[in-house]
Amino acid sequence: MKQIMQGNEAIARGAWEAGVTVGCAYPGTPSSEIMAELSKYKEIYTEWSPNEKVAVEVAHGASLAGGRAIACMKHVGLNVAADPLMTIAYTGVKGGFVIVVADDPGQHSSQNEQDSRHWTRFGKVPMLEPADSEECKDFTRIAFEISERFDTPVLLRSETRVSHCDSLMELGERKESTIQKGLDQKETPKYVMVPMYSRVRRVAVEERITKLAAYAEAEFPYNSMEINDPSIGFISSGVSYLYTREVFLHYSFLKLGMVWPLPRNTIAEFFKKVKKVIVVEELDPFFETEIKAMGYKVWHGKDLIPAIGELSPGIVEQSLRKAVEGKNYKAPKIRIKPEDLPRRPPNLCAGCSHRPLFYALKKLGLYVFGDIGCYGLAVAPPLSAMHASTSMAASVGGAYGAGKVLGKDGLGKICAVLGDSTFLHGGIGPLMDAVYNKGYSTTLILDNGITAMTGQQEHPGTGYTIQSEPAAMIDYEQLARAVGVKHVKKVDPYKVEETIEVIREEVNRDDASVIITENSPCILLRRAKPLEKFRNPFYGIDTDKCRGCKVCLEINCPAISWQEGEGQTKDGHKRKGTGFINKDQCVGCEVCAQICKFEAITPGTR
Amino acid sequence: MEENGKVTNIFLSGVGGQGTILASNILGGVFLKAGYDVKKSEVHGMAQRGGDVTTHFRFGKKVYSPLIKYGDADFLISFELLEAARYINWVKPEGRIIINKQEILPPAVSLGQMGYPKDVEKIFKKYFKDNVWIVNGQEIARKLGNIQAANVVLVGAFSNFFPEIKEEQWTDAIKTFLAAKLHELNIKAFHEGRKTFEE
Repeated sequence: MKQIMQGNEAIARGAWEAGVTVGCAYPGTPSSEIMAELSKYKEIYTEWSPNEKVAVEVAHGASLAGGRAIACMKHVGLNVAADPLMTIAYTGVKGGFVIVVADDPGQHSSQNEQDSRHWTRFGKVPMLEPADSEECKDFTRIAFEISERFDTPVLLRSETRVSHCDSLMELGERKESTIQKGLDQKETPKYVMVPMYSRVRRVAVEERITKLAAYAEAEFPYNSMEINDPSIGFISSGVSYLYTREVFLHYSFLKLGMVWPLPRNTIAEFFKKVKKVIVVEELDPFFETEIKAMGYKVWHGKDLIPAIGELSPGIVEQSLRKAVEGKNYKAPKIRIKPEDLPRRPPNLCAGCSHRPLFYALKKLGLYVFGDIGCYGLAVAPPLSAMHASTSMAASVGGAYGAGKVLGKDGLGKICAVLGDSTFLHGGIGPLMDAVYNKGYSTTLILDNGITAMTGQQEHPGTGYTIQSEPAAMIDYEQLARAVGVKHVKKVDPYKVEETIEVIREEVNRDDASVIITENSPCILLRRAKPLEKFRNPFYGIDTDKCRGCKVCLEINCPAISWQEGEGQTKDGHKRKGTGFINKDQCVGCEVCAQICKFEAITPGTR
Repeated sequence: MEENGKVTNIFLSGVGGQGTILASNILGGVFLKAGYDVKKSEVHGMAQRGGDVTTHFRFGKKVYSPLIKYGDADFLISFELLEAARYINWVKPEGRIIINKQEILPPAVSLGQMGYPKDVEKIFKKYFKDNVWIVNGQEIARKLGNIQAANVVLVGAFSNFFPEIKEEQWTDAIKTFLAAKLHELNIKAFHEGRKTFEE
């Protein structure tokens, strides 16, 4: 019986069916659901690791002990895990080892757009690329077989439109791996990568890729050729294949299930069978470059198809209709120009503890080195309280480094801001650096007790494991003191004035400091009962007092809007409108009431 | 209603938190049971924090792409007026549209920098004539005791387009995707939505 499953759920299912024993991940859109789903299977040990590098290392250890292991991450996560990956490519595996990397073309929820296919050639390890949920499951399963048979980690590349698409699939049974569990000291030369051993393994890596190429050619079942109308043949993979097939159904296709190594003879055969070849791929011209390097003439590829952003059936048609069928692409009728409509960017939730915190930073006029998390939304006007943000936990080193240039002139002007999960991911190293090398930066850890943006995942600071079992919990204050930070303060961000004063003092201090927020759980984290601390269920505008100064709009609360209309306060101040609080959305956090200069925001009762 | 081999494209749009994903899950359950190939695609993560959210839902004998081709939607189901307007160009000329009569102000409107588009209904009627259904989903759900059920009211209205699919198939799917304590409310919401076409 067929079921509907999301791609990520299907990858987890494939791993379970393949007899996986250990799964590790750091959450990241669009990959997060894989480990969450895998944690539901009782036979498997799963964890949220502090970061992707740790996830890969733990999974590799599990593999060396003979267990099948999987590590999952988003595209930028593999940058973090690249160090172990590039050498695990040398050591190989014992139990099958699969690394899932999920790209985000179009940057729906990412800081950059990377084509992870480059890792496969760079790391000299094979990569599979499924197109839908059925393939997610089947490719994951076969990836473990490839891993054990060829003694290699295997990359499985997904992306937003595979991971977050639901499609039909059949379920299979779990089959345990036949690899014996246990560690063997005699295998040292294979697993200790000091030069005298790794030079030997370097040769083995090249031999392996040759064998894998032969396998891709003769045995791998998912490089498939469909010869229909031979006048044009498309070479494609993953979801790009599905888009192309949808639009140009009757032509010929070579769908590559394995990104690398490429099946050279199959490609040669395809060129013989079709007249002209078009390569359709999302992001970089990976196949196109390789195929051209083999000496073939690619009729069209990135000359017509965009290399930026995600593809879609519409974009494939628009790019190729003229070339394929000689007819011009006819764009659908524009009834409303979307650019004329007000945009609806994502926003911090009503009641979110990040809102008053960033309001405080704005009031202090600080240059904010920000980071990756929901709080990245504080960059949007009118809060506009973030000025740099690159990779996970980069804020800490960034603020410290800037201080090294500005010297005393930078005092009182800079801070680093990052969330609890992001801090644990990579913030401890740069914090150490700031102390050790005599920096003066202030690092604000916004502790909302969860990895929030990716959908509420646990981490070493939450006190729970992925299975919701109670666990050891990081004490941020103790941690900061242990690396040598002398000045550690806690603030309740919902107390706006006090928060401003504490931050003012610390950013002016000529020594490294840390400020940790408390009483600030994610507003969506039910177990923390985030609404209970608010004294009133909601607030309203007292129109007798509101002068229409718009200060309450500065915090960009989704519950507050502007209502135009000339009028005056009870004591005769003329105004052009008033604030308005939607009580369906207000949760009573009181931040607007604190910043209102005219006491015009007052508690309401249900 | 489908010709052999034809794929039906349903575009759903709304604001994060309105239950677009639940609605599309219900559609998935129903059309899978009815024997179709089904694909749907949505974006998770940062976009969900009060931003606009869309789901592409497709069913037919064989579905390749998980995304609808721009301009090729047979149906637009929208949970908010502005989010209906934003995706109007995705609908085929003969496409059919169900809109929840609700306004959720985006930041630019809240801040008084832009106006909320006032003539959304009129524009839809101008282009799609009688193929536009404006449903007061939020009000119906409010009367039932929970505005969160507005999404299922719209699913109820949408179910009228598929007379070959029995009512129980819809309510079974609703039960599959909701906790037991929410069944009664949502099945009522479905029926109320289904009735809106009788008027």
